[in-house]
Amino acid sequence: MEAVANKSTLKGGEFLIKETSAEEVFIPEEFSEEQKMMAAATQDFIDKEITPNRDRIDNMEEGLMPSLMEKAGELGLLGVSVPEAYGGLGMNFNTGMLMADIIASSGSFSTAYGAHTGIGTLPILYYGTEEQKQKYIPKLATGEWKACYCLTEPDAGSDANSGKTKAKLSDDGKHYIINGQKMWISNAGFADLFIVFAKIDDDKNLTAFIVEKEYGGITMNDEERKLGIKGSSTRQVFFNDCKVPVENMLSERENGFKIAVNVLNVGRIKLGCGVINGCKSIASEATNYANERKQFGVSISSFGAIQTKLANMAAKTYAVESASYRAGQNIDDAIEALIGEGMDPSKAKLKALEQFSIECAIIKIHGSEVLDYCVDEGVQVYGGMGFSEEAPMARAYRDARITRIYEGTNEINRMLIVGMMLKRAMKGELDLLGPAMAVGKELTAIPSFEQPDLSAPLAEEKEVLKKLKKSALMVAGKAAETFGPKLNDEQEILMHIADMLIEIYAAESTILRTEKLMNLYGEDGSKLYQNMCKLYFHEAVQKIKNHGDEAVACFTEGDELKVMLMGMKRFTKSTPVNTRNLRRAIADVMIRENKFPYSLYS
Amino acid sequence: MKILVCITHVPDTTSKISFTDGNTKFDKTGVQYIIGPYDDYALARAVELKEQHGGSITVLNVGEAETEPTIRKALAIGADEAIRVNAFPSDAFFVAKQIASVAKEGAYDLILMGRESIDFNGGQVHSMVGELMGLPSVSPVMVLDIEGSTAKIQREIEGGKEFMELDMPFIAGCQEPIAEWKIPNMRGIMSARSKPLQVVDPTDDGVQADVEVFELPPAKEAVKLVDPENLDELVNLLKNEAKVL
Repeated sequence: MEAVANKSTLKGGEFLIKETSAEEVFIPEEFSEEQKMMAAATQDFIDKEITPNRDRIDNMEEGLMPSLMEKAGELGLLGVSVPEAYGGLGMNFNTGMLMADIIASSGSFSTAYGAHTGIGTLPILYYGTEEQKQKYIPKLATGEWKACYCLTEPDAGSDANSGKTKAKLSDDGKHYIINGQKMWISNAGFADLFIVFAKIDDDKNLTAFIVEKEYGGITMNDEERKLGIKGSSTRQVFFNDCKVPVENMLSERENGFKIAVNVLNVGRIKLGCGVINGCKSIASEATNYANERKQFGVSISSFGAIQTKLANMAAKTYAVESASYRAGQNIDDAIEALIGEGMDPSKAKLKALEQFSIECAIIKIHGSEVLDYCVDEGVQVYGGMGFSEEAPMARAYRDARITRIYEGTNEINRMLIVGMMLKRAMKGELDLLGPAMAVGKELTAIPSFEQPDLSAPLAEEKEVLKKLKKSALMVAGKAAETFGPKLNDEQEILMHIADMLIEIYAAESTILRTEKLMNLYGEDGSKLYQNMCKLYFHEAVQKIKNHGDEAVACFTEGDELKVMLMGMKRFTKSTPVNTRNLRRAIADVMIRENKFPYSLYS
Repeated sequence: MKILVCITHVPDTTSKISFTDGNTKFDKTGVQYIIGPYDDYALARAVELKEQHGGSITVLNVGEAETEPTIRKALAIGADEAIRVNAFPSDAFFVAKQIASVAKEGAYDLILMGRESIDFNGGQVHSMVGELMGLPSVSPVMVLDIEGSTAKIQREIEGGKEFMELDMPFIAGCQEPIAEWKIPNMRGIMSARSKPLQVVDPTDDGVQADVEVFELPPAKEAVKLVDPENLDELVNLLKNEAKVL
């Protein structure tokens, strides 16, 4: 099956105000045979090289992680998205997402892989000069050199531009002398190349540098003792009069913060997508354990309480997957369109990612929180064994936790989602005002008693989805009207609005994928997907209602609050579904297959 | 050196096995297919031998069009070209005849395959091909080294190992530890698409065996643990329950 997604004309963020048809979205079932083979080969690599060595990796056995990175490099896993001119495979963005997805089940290795191929390699690929790219990218794509990214400092985390690391031009004008301290640097222990952000003299903004370890003046603290991903090297890095040739400045002076933010945009969506295979493997392990573990004379998988957890894991993972590859393809389409307009490919990638930065943040939050759900319930299904290091869940539980923190905490990302939406509306790039005003009018008008035809499969979900979008527009519109620019200070309300948007995007992506699968496999053949879709949608509606109700109660009162709550009720009204039956049906498939209920890449 | 590697297209080892049409047909629903694991060892060794001695690898499969993704995986792992005999591999003799027919055309120095497939596990094809071609066949081959036109082979026999030397060409049914399975690298996957995959018609020899009915083996019963001190119970169980004494 070849990719058959029609190009979507939807711009980033427009999902809130426009409808998308199933034909417009890409679904992972449409990956080509070649891409599926790549995914399977990556899984083989994990099964052969990572899984049997998990303890050795987490004990930070000397030289093991870099040697695994080199093996990944030999297989071509480090250069999937690197252009062929620089020793990579030149595959599209969504193929890079697919790699991140599969690698996700490798725990500590996944972090090393992500740091190297993402924030370690991309700054040079996107912002480097031709000489810099020729010099460094082929070495990084093969794994001969490993890279790390030095942005965070003890007092500059989420507020990255406040870093104190300094760069000063040497008297002969040939070098920048870097002094400062960086922390939480993934891959630092074995990196050959450091992407370092520092301020030149008294600049307001950061400048980025490509620093080879060989330049000297780089020292490190011991490995951090961490809650999870214990096998990933994480160190504080000190630059003491580190002499960097002037030609190793990346892009222009004071362009570093922009580089940092844009590169993190890529990292963000890949991190969100980079939980999928982890969730699937946890669901599979949990199902297998539940089938084997007998209590009261039966497998615990026969209990509704356990089936609920298994089915929820599957439905939520299905939703992350649907949203990730939909957005990934949108980004690919945007890149292609921009290149078609004559833009340089590197610039086109950045521009496209910037256009879809709202979706990137949504997927990062959604993915990391679904992963957290899966590991938490994974431990629970294992019961006492879940708490033991002998079973796989304890490690998974610890390893998962970081995903809500790095590449922009989920809190920062939530605020970014709403902030970016509103900013685009102000700039006139996104027409939020028109639809928000229409919703306002609808609120005070008599509700329509027209009954739309809901006989087609998923027709009701699609109808409710339209209203869910209205609910978010209503809440966001009212909040913007109430607070104006001060809405930025109302973090509690921003979080609620962000959660509404996240659920809308995930639910819509899930519906559209399911509709497409129904067309592919027929109504009966797609029963599993319909069940997961309906279950996820039901939960999304409840969450949206809760967040909306809570948000409006934070800033309206009296009659106004009543109108708002009535609006929420009207816009989140849906027919109750029998979630018990849905979950049982999903869990039945898992129990029968003894694993996650479907597989895409053999 | 020209190497022919014969591969089977078989259900993944974790597949749930069930049947349809009154237990006369294998139920393919939801089944993922792989290169037969023993064939995969043969292919891996072929890739290593090619690296050491040069030459080319042709991969051969007897199967219908649905086997092509499996064939392309073999190309991704390192075969240079592929031939698919367009026929359902109904029985060992039929498959052996197809292989012999292709192999005679190609004048190969080495014909490698797995010691057996993992669907029907007949383990007969290599010796049949040898017989049909008038060539020696050896199985299960666990070590295979080439020096000049001679091969040095180790194989497992009842109670020990056998070391032998023989001249090429010959047929080998391979098993581990002849080589480690190879993961196709990304570049290999991308180039597999452009490697030649020739589809040929089967020889018109008819199929000689047919499946009447499939039957699943009885489900494994729970293991009973007997206390080492309690020999009487063990004897009793072996006598009266297992009925082996």
